[in-house]
Amino acid sequence: MIDENGLRLDGRKSNELRPIKIEAGVLKRADGSAYVEWGKNKVMAAVYGPRECHPRHLQDPAKGLVRCKYNMIAFSVSDRKRPGPDRRSVEISKIISEALEYVVFTEQFPRTSIDVYVEVLQANAGTRCAGLTAASVALADAGIPMRDIVPSVAVGKIDDTVVLDLNKEEDNFGQADVPMAIIPRTGEVLLLQMDGHMTYGELQQAFDMGFEAAQTIYDLQKDALKRRYAVEGAVDEEENGEEE
Amino acid sequence: MTNDNINREVQRPVRELVVPGDLLDTGKLKAGNGTYVVDGNIYASQLGIKSVRSNYVNVIPLGGRYIPHQGDTVIGKVIDLGPSNWLVDINSPYPAPLHVNEVPWRVEFGDTARYLYVGDVLLSKILIVDETKRVQVTMKEPGLRKLQGGQIIDISHSKVPRVIGKGGSMIQMIKSYTNCRIFVGQNGRIWLDGEIDNIVYAIRAIRMIEEEAQTMRLTERVKEYLESVFGSE
Repeated sequence: MIDENGLRLDGRKSNELRPIKIEAGVLKRADGSAYVEWGKNKVMAAVYGPRECHPRHLQDPAKGLVRCKYNMIAFSVSDRKRPGPDRRSVEISKIISEALEYVVFTEQFPRTSIDVYVEVLQANAGTRCAGLTAASVALADAGIPMRDIVPSVAVGKIDDTVVLDLNKEEDNFGQADVPMAIIPRTGEVLLLQMDGHMTYGELQQAFDMGFEAAQTIYDLQKDALKRRYAVEGAVDEEENGEEE
Repeated sequence: MTNDNINREVQRPVRELVVPGDLLDTGKLKAGNGTYVVDGNIYASQLGIKSVRSNYVNVIPLGGRYIPHQGDTVIGKVIDLGPSNWLVDINSPYPAPLHVNEVPWRVEFGDTARYLYVGDVLLSKILIVDETKRVQVTMKEPGLRKLQGGQIIDISHSKVPRVIGKGGSMIQMIKSYTNCRIFVGQNGRIWLDGEIDNIVYAIRAIRMIEEEAQTMRLTERVKEYLESVFGSE
């Protein structure tokens, strides 16, 4: 899958990302939202809340809950995907929730839930990373207090080479797929999974490669948020005021 | 170009859009709202605008849900009744009970429906918020009452200070042009009453403020709009 020039099927170098486009605040009715195009992936994320947590028995009097629902739309893949939750989407929902829960200041919203909905409109490998990337932008767009924005990428191994950001073909016929999410500033790992086999050395190499790419994605995420709220001028004077 | 003008340019706080995780300060200032501290460094925890005021760095949020604070005046909607309390929706993640002791009337046990019913709208005040964010509202203060007639619109609570304007200048202007009675709740609900056409103009002006909240010369532009409708006073 890698030619004599070291280029991959779609012409990328081993440490090259697919083109990524991020847009924040695309949905009017949600509290926060984001849309990500990542190569041929198209992912939409919406955030509601913090809002009263239902069912009530899930409420935590000490902190809020971050609940994510990852869903692939029926037409997101070439063979119609049977709608509804399955083992894979339940797993992805869980890992995204857990990654986000760590960065949100949940203790500021006791007894509430923050609901994140990730919808995959078009899939081409790496949707959990695209989903998490979109979800964290949507959370920030919803004005939720959080430690940092979370960038996420996948690294993998094809033809005995460690490469960045697998696409569909590479994912299907490659040797390993390692999705990861980090906090760039601190280097904390929020998500690290591995499907396939790699040596320890390769994993270390892959991790470093992913870490570097995460920085790029992080910048894109920040840029998307800043574009959304491009400040034309400045005001601060007209602040303050009580009722009536 | 007067000296005065130049001075204002210099003194105006730097307006910088920050996203969660942005470094705001490395220890000279104190951490204010919308920030958090790690190893003495202050970072933004919310998407918003950085503002430095009397040695505190704050992030003025651009969105987010309304979180009740003690003493806020809010516009609430009755959503449920109990024998000794009403449940009021204050447009926040937390429902707010209004106890019979906190209304200006003497209410018999079980007789709550006679005074306020589901769907009624109140001007009320947040009495207390405890550490698990349990909220109570009160109506036992002058000016707090049931609101009858009129219309309600919702805006983002972060835009409320803009709608009110410095020292109430913005809202005062809208009121005097449109001749409406207007109450702005801290929770982003606005109640308006008056001539129906004037209400529509007032709502348009408020929507304009909401959309252009972060731009300059807002008061002047709203004034221009109102003058285009009502002619200059």
